[in-house]
Amino acid sequence: MNIIIKGTTILNPEQNINEKTDLIISDGVISKFGNLAESDYKNAKVYEFNNSYCVPGLFDMHVHLREPGREDEETIITGSDSAAAGGFTGVACMPNTNPAIDTAEVVKFIKEKSQQHLVEVFPIAAATQERKGEGLSPMIELFEAGAIGFSDDGNAIKSASLLRNAFEYVKMFDSVIIEHCEDESFADGAMNEGIISTSLGLPPIPSIAEDIIVMRDIITAEYSNGKIHIAHISSKNAIELVRQAKKKGINITAEATPHHFTLTEESLKSYDTNYKMNPPLRTKEDVDAVIEGLKDGTIDCIASDHAPHSIEEKEYEFIYAPNGIIGLETTLGLTLTELYHKKHLNIVQIIEKLSINPRKILKIPTPQIKEGEKANLTIFDPNSIWTVDISKFKSKCKNSPFNNKLLTGKMLAVINKNKMLFEDKFIHI
Amino acid sequence: MPLASRHLLGLYGTNREDIELILDTARTFREVLERPIKKVPTLQGKTVVNLFFEASTRTRISFELAQKRLSADTINFTTSTSSTKKGETFKDTVRNIEAMKVDMIVVRHESAGVPLFLTRISNANIINAGDGTHEHPTQALLDMYSIKEKLGKLEGLRICIVGDIAHSRVALSNIYGLTTMGANVSVCGPSTMIPHSLERLGVKIFTDVDKAIQENDVLNVLRIQLERKAGDRIPSLREYRNYFGVTTERLEKFNKEILILHPGPINRGIEISSEVADGPFQVILDQVTNGVAIRMAVLYLLGTKN
Ligand SMILES: [Zn+2]
Repeated sequence: MNIIIKGTTILNPEQNINEKTDLIISDGVISKFGNLAESDYKNAKVYEFNNSYCVPGLFDMHVHLREPGREDEETIITGSDSAAAGGFTGVACMPNTNPAIDTAEVVKFIKEKSQQHLVEVFPIAAATQERKGEGLSPMIELFEAGAIGFSDDGNAIKSASLLRNAFEYVKMFDSVIIEHCEDESFADGAMNEGIISTSLGLPPIPSIAEDIIVMRDIITAEYSNGKIHIAHISSKNAIELVRQAKKKGINITAEATPHHFTLTEESLKSYDTNYKMNPPLRTKEDVDAVIEGLKDGTIDCIASDHAPHSIEEKEYEFIYAPNGIIGLETTLGLTLTELYHKKHLNIVQIIEKLSINPRKILKIPTPQIKEGEKANLTIFDPNSIWTVDISKFKSKCKNSPFNNKLLTGKMLAVINKNKMLFEDKFIHI
Repeated sequence: MPLASRHLLGLYGTNREDIELILDTARTFREVLERPIKKVPTLQGKTVVNLFFEASTRTRISFELAQKRLSADTINFTTSTSSTKKGETFKDTVRNIEAMKVDMIVVRHESAGVPLFLTRISNANIINAGDGTHEHPTQALLDMYSIKEKLGKLEGLRICIVGDIAHSRVALSNIYGLTTMGANVSVCGPSTMIPHSLERLGVKIFTDVDKAIQENDVLNVLRIQLERKAGDRIPSLREYRNYFGVTTERLEKFNKEILILHPGPINRGIEISSEVADGPFQVILDQVTNGVAIRMAVLYLLGTKN
């Protein structure tokens, strides 16, 4: 089957392409790139995407798919549907499932489950057995089975000595440790510490809970020459620590979530548990620091930390409600609205943060837009205005604080693995 | 003139007129409490549920008595939070109670924000009887009433709350309410028990109890909560008593009359010595009586609002 993509601007900073031209995709492979001849239209279905960009498929390196264990909240398939609907062709899923992704069997199970889907799912394996922080997981075996990184996400790796060993061990196959930076001794709070937590009477988590572990991790990574990626960075001090570490040449990268560059702790005044996340929403100063970090490259990429939770659980009393929100279907819109339209990042930087850099960190090649390559593409209109409607989400869960928010910038189609998601339908191409 | 809100969730944002109205109404009920027949028919036919997810016999009894004095029908529902977490969710519990057609819910819960959440899922008037370390508005109102009763005013008074401010729901309600009424509010306690950025609420902070005594007209002494990991924040009760305990020796040093409040229950010999707790300047038992009158006032004003 031939399909023609027309009217779009093809953009791939890695290939230095930025031009308005047409594409033909034949059986999932880019067969022609450039202006089309009359004869090309024969036996081809034409899709017009005016005022849009066509870029290497977006990639979210931090999602929770809940399977195995909590299939009532999300499955690999519904999570992948949600990813595709949000404009992503690839995701990396976190190992805090039940059982945890700490055996080759679970890695293979996830790979198999996602095999037929448009979205590629790359498991991140637990760094320690059962994520307990007591002994290293079988990292070589996990890596060979397809794990592309290691993390105890939900917690930091328990001790500095174990972290050091994790760095040393994954160096043998050049993999990365992804850290959820939170000092355990501060972890029993429900929101960021400051005047708002004091006036709301909610148990606080000081921002130094993040800073302390970021600092520990930087020092440990430097000592053991390890490769560290800081997940969902959110505090001003932590961002500055990463900035300085990068200057020193330490092998460090970082991601930030859309909620940490969009919302502040002020939102907690509603006691709405959809604003309860970890790391918690912080101050305006921290939000500005996240944006600054994204601008100057201290923060390499944007990741959703997509964390589905059932309505029942999110309706628990505030201090008992679980942390996290879903994000796959709002990330692109929030990024364009908050960073592109507010002129913090240009379109090339946006593509780097949402497509190229996360893959680079995980050593996955960027999909190339050229003849003979498999089509792995996201097409979006940066100016299309839409209203978030959680009832239309593909995710099984609805825990988003962005319901009814007006966003500028919308995914139009994603193409990968001989499939296309267009107008809410998966089509075989 | 009715209250601005149909709920009493806290004193944050409660305006001065409403606080005055509650205090004035409480004065009327305080008189009722001195009569041989201490009952008025004001809330006849209204059903009030005391929904306590955390044990607090004193507060519950005070509310219950206030409801009986107003002739309301009272139901007590006391449950531990852990049991609601297991099977029935909190929301189910509330829905069940709601289905019994209750008019008002008095709620006590370990989590801040629960009373506000209740207003979203219930049609009843909601009264906060303490949510986490957030607010306990009727306690602050009865404290204010007791101070006013004794000293004739609140405006311009220097009032210091002494104790574990960070883990108190009484402190925050007092700070909000007293500030609205024009008092100068301060707190005193070990710095590990003062919550972050508290000074931004317009509160002066003492860590020297002698200074606090010297510079204030009223001390509201809080119970030191032994159960809340206090050991991480103070070395020992002995050290607390020696450096922060309100004792006669300390009061005598400044040779002044200073009004002493305590929300109870008292740890005698720890945050306050027996001599002071039973001494001439305290109103601790008046607070208990006033508590009933304040709760009657709040129940009455909300229950007859619409
Ligand atoms: Zn995390």
